[in-house]
Amino acid sequence: MAHEHPQHDPEHGHDHGQDPPSDIALRVKALESLLVEKGLVDPAALDAIVDHFETKVGPRNGARVVAKAWSDPAYRERLLADATAAIAELGFSGAQGEHMVAVENSATVHNLVVCTLCSCYPWPVLGLPPVWYKSPAYRSRAVIDPRGVLAEFGTELPAETEVRVWDSTAEIRYLVIPERPAGTEGLSEAALAGLVTRDGMIGTARL
Amino acid sequence: MNSVHDMGGMHGLGSLAPEPDEPVFHHDWERRVHAMVIASPTRGNIDAGRHQRELIPGADYLRMSYYEKWLTGLCAMLVKGGAVTAEELASGRADPAAAKATPRLRPEMVTPALSTGGSYQREVAAQPAFQVGNRVRAVNINPTGHTRLPRYVRGRSGVIERAHGAHVFPDVHAHGGGEDPRHLYTVRFSARELWGPEAREGDSVSLDLWEPYLERA
Repeated sequence: MAHEHPQHDPEHGHDHGQDPPSDIALRVKALESLLVEKGLVDPAALDAIVDHFETKVGPRNGARVVAKAWSDPAYRERLLADATAAIAELGFSGAQGEHMVAVENSATVHNLVVCTLCSCYPWPVLGLPPVWYKSPAYRSRAVIDPRGVLAEFGTELPAETEVRVWDSTAEIRYLVIPERPAGTEGLSEAALAGLVTRDGMIGTARL
Repeated sequence: MNSVHDMGGMHGLGSLAPEPDEPVFHHDWERRVHAMVIASPTRGNIDAGRHQRELIPGADYLRMSYYEKWLTGLCAMLVKGGAVTAEELASGRADPAAAKATPRLRPEMVTPALSTGGSYQREVAAQPAFQVGNRVRAVNINPTGHTRLPRYVRGRSGVIERAHGAHVFPDVHAHGGGEDPRHLYTVRFSARELWGPEAREGDSVSLDLWEPYLERA
């Protein structure tokens, strides 16, 4: 199992608010030892959970869903009608994706997903959320100033585009289907999937 | 509860600072916290877990990183649920007199369990009170316990845009009152209704709200 000293990772200047207490890695290690000693968790199961989130789920899954929706009109219809079932056709399902809804961007509508109350996010198709998605800045602003948030991501929308924000307050999870970029008519589904980004499927970016 | 976690519409909470090529986890301890939360015997009630994090005092909630909040919530849930005593948590040593448990998740169960999840939808006898297209108003309530009705929509009117059947009701489930499934709807509010005339005409915010949060408008 990897050890990590010190707490600070000098290669990442990310904003976590203030730094965590210097003993947090030791506290976590002590807690894991206690839970293992008491038979409450199996350390090999913890390794398997980490592996699941680092290698089995992530935005490449969602990208395959979007690329198929772009390529296959019947699949797009199924995705819009019952996203949970349509996403399961590609083998993606489970925790934090039990009740999926797909919302489609168009020339006149742009969708943006947030969870103002915590950090709900569709794990099977997007993996775990980035730090900014969980940050007070995003959670507070996405609903009141979506255009300002989009601008901070470098996403400028035409004034006439309608912005639709989806605040994930229940166990419904949202996946944005971005607009298919122009000039991609001849591309295969696999090549199209390579164009789809995580932020495009949250709605903070256009492709 | 009206704590700082209910932050939709607040100003002054910092900048977005997206990180290019962000890793899934930044520190090994974050991996272990995430995995322990998933594997812990307390995971059975996701609503109680969310509420536990809301109970973190506001100043700490804003200071802590995401996984510090998860760690804090996990420790509190373990003690509350009786899986671990406060003394064991402080000392890091199991009480030798305590019986040894059996882990809920074996390694080979992890991917099947995470890939299956668990539906929150339940069959109920009650017919839904609202239908798609109905105008509704979010009730003005200020419960001191868990709720998923954010302050920024209380008292505001919107339109039912989707009906999802009955889902486990967090306000009751989080407090050990059983699942108490209630009809759930996606309700669309115009940005002007929520934020006033400065908001852009045509923009909207949709939330998933349970029937007890709604009345006919």
